[in-house]
Amino acid sequence: MSALTASLADSTTMMRRNFRHTMRNPLTLFNAVLMPMFMMFLMVYVLGGAFSVGVDYVDYATPGVIIMTVCYGIGPTATAVNSDMTTGFINRLRVMDVSRAAVLNAHVIATVLRTLVAIAFIIGVAFLMGFRPSAGLPQWLGAIGIIVLTALAISWLTVAAGLAAKSPEGAGILGVPLMLLPFLSSAFTPADKMGPGARQFAEYQPFTPIIETLRGFLTGTPSAGTTLTAAAWCAGLALVGYLWARVSFTKRA
Amino acid sequence: MVGAMNGSAIAASGLRKSYKDKTVLDGVDLDVRAGTIFALLGPNGAGKTTTVNVLTTLLTPDAGKAVVAGHDVSTEARAVRAAIGVTGQFASVDNLLTGEENLLMMADLLHLPKAEGRRITARLLGRFELTEAAGKLAASYSGGMRRKLDLAMTLVGNPQIIFLDEPTTGLDPRSRRTMWQIIRELVADGTTIFLTTQYLEEADELADRIAVLDRGRLVAEGTAGELKRRVPGSHIRLRFTDRHGLDVAARVLPGSTRDDEELTLRVPGDGGVRSLRALLDRLDAQSVEVEELSVHTPDLDDVFLALTGHGNLTGHENSGGHENPDGHDNEEVGAR
Repeated sequence: MSALTASLADSTTMMRRNFRHTMRNPLTLFNAVLMPMFMMFLMVYVLGGAFSVGVDYVDYATPGVIIMTVCYGIGPTATAVNSDMTTGFINRLRVMDVSRAAVLNAHVIATVLRTLVAIAFIIGVAFLMGFRPSAGLPQWLGAIGIIVLTALAISWLTVAAGLAAKSPEGAGILGVPLMLLPFLSSAFTPADKMGPGARQFAEYQPFTPIIETLRGFLTGTPSAGTTLTAAAWCAGLALVGYLWARVSFTKRA
Repeated sequence: MVGAMNGSAIAASGLRKSYKDKTVLDGVDLDVRAGTIFALLGPNGAGKTTTVNVLTTLLTPDAGKAVVAGHDVSTEARAVRAAIGVTGQFASVDNLLTGEENLLMMADLLHLPKAEGRRITARLLGRFELTEAAGKLAASYSGGMRRKLDLAMTLVGNPQIIFLDEPTTGLDPRSRRTMWQIIRELVADGTTIFLTTQYLEEADELADRIAVLDRGRLVAEGTAGELKRRVPGSHIRLRFTDRHGLDVAARVLPGSTRDDEELTLRVPGDGGVRSLRALLDRLDAQSVEVEELSVHTPDLDDVFLALTGHGNLTGHENSGGHENPDGHDNEEVGAR
């Protein structure tokens, strides 16, 4: 068996394992949609009426909630990767010559797929709440593209954090900034309406261009500059996560 | 051929490993014959797991050379991996898979044909008495069942050499006995076992040879009997029926210590057959009748104390009421 077919076979085996994990632990999916749904209700029905953003508030908030869903869905991945590491499961695989790619890719792909399911559900809820995007097919593809890119970036960072953390709790804490950052972005209010300091922070952190790009695609007016910035952020974060994961995988025996 | 009887399954020389300024392995030499059980005995933090990690290609040593199954662990890691199986300190089973799925996953990762994977899985489940629990999630297994499943997963690839890092730590006595039985069966089939343990009893019970590791150094190596004989304090205890016998014996056996209350005499000696016979001959010549004779050899705990001069292996196992988990407490043990 060649190295490539062996690696593909191993990836399939590890994917099957991760798929079973999700099926047997449906709570992970439930948790992934619970918090974003709550935010959606809170922002649209409770707080959003007080904000004037120039468009229907549900149309403004939905892209932010979608990106938040990516961040809220990663907890189980950090814990799972960390327990693979701390229980010696990864060492077992290393001694069996299972490729690093197979193990880590399976976690990343499983996380991305789980996130996409959660996001599909959230978009469904948004439609029920009156979300009316003006996107045509190409814009929807663009929206899906930026969602997948973001999910990939966040997943690689999470896998790396899970590998590097000393305990599952530690791995969980590393995810907290990812859950807080969207609040300090243009997810729920435009950055230019924020106070000094907060505004600059919001403008220069990755979630603002990412959310603006998604919002642009969904409302039919994406700006090329913002889209490029968002894609660059995603690629950069994914690369950092990937390299960090590689190092941790090999180093921590 | 590496697996041949009496060949070296594991040979290491001068293994060193340190993290920052902490030396974990300080020049470890090992030679494990194929088809035997070798125990690496030492307290927590002695460097046992680090040794296993180096020998199983998981960790690169700073210095030294290790040859496992005839292949250098640094330059031929792949060949080493193909010949070994490792069961780590924690049962590394997948909790959200069933016992059967865990084994089938191993077969898949070894790229075995489906039918063969299923056959091996069924056989291992039967061998480890897990057939009934095969369809249940591993999360529901008891500690003993998880260890058995863990070991079964290691055996799917039919390794020549198996590394067991503290295979019975945390198990109840009955599960520990079962695990010992399984380990003995593996060796009977020709497998080489390298195990680490902090239990004296376990090394004594299982191992053909024992190496004592302390702070990254091997302080002794040999069979359990050899190690015990290296320690001063072996003696023969004689009990007599009356005071007269004790008096006569004490006179003809120089260096002995008498206990008048108990009517016993303690004679230094290693308890070897020759010296024992000489001793009895001398008593016979004086027509002294011995009621009871016993040979006292120190246990491995005494060995560890004598060899390292500091601390015992597992504080709680040696009663005395004082915990001594790090094994580095001179005074308390010295006072024992």
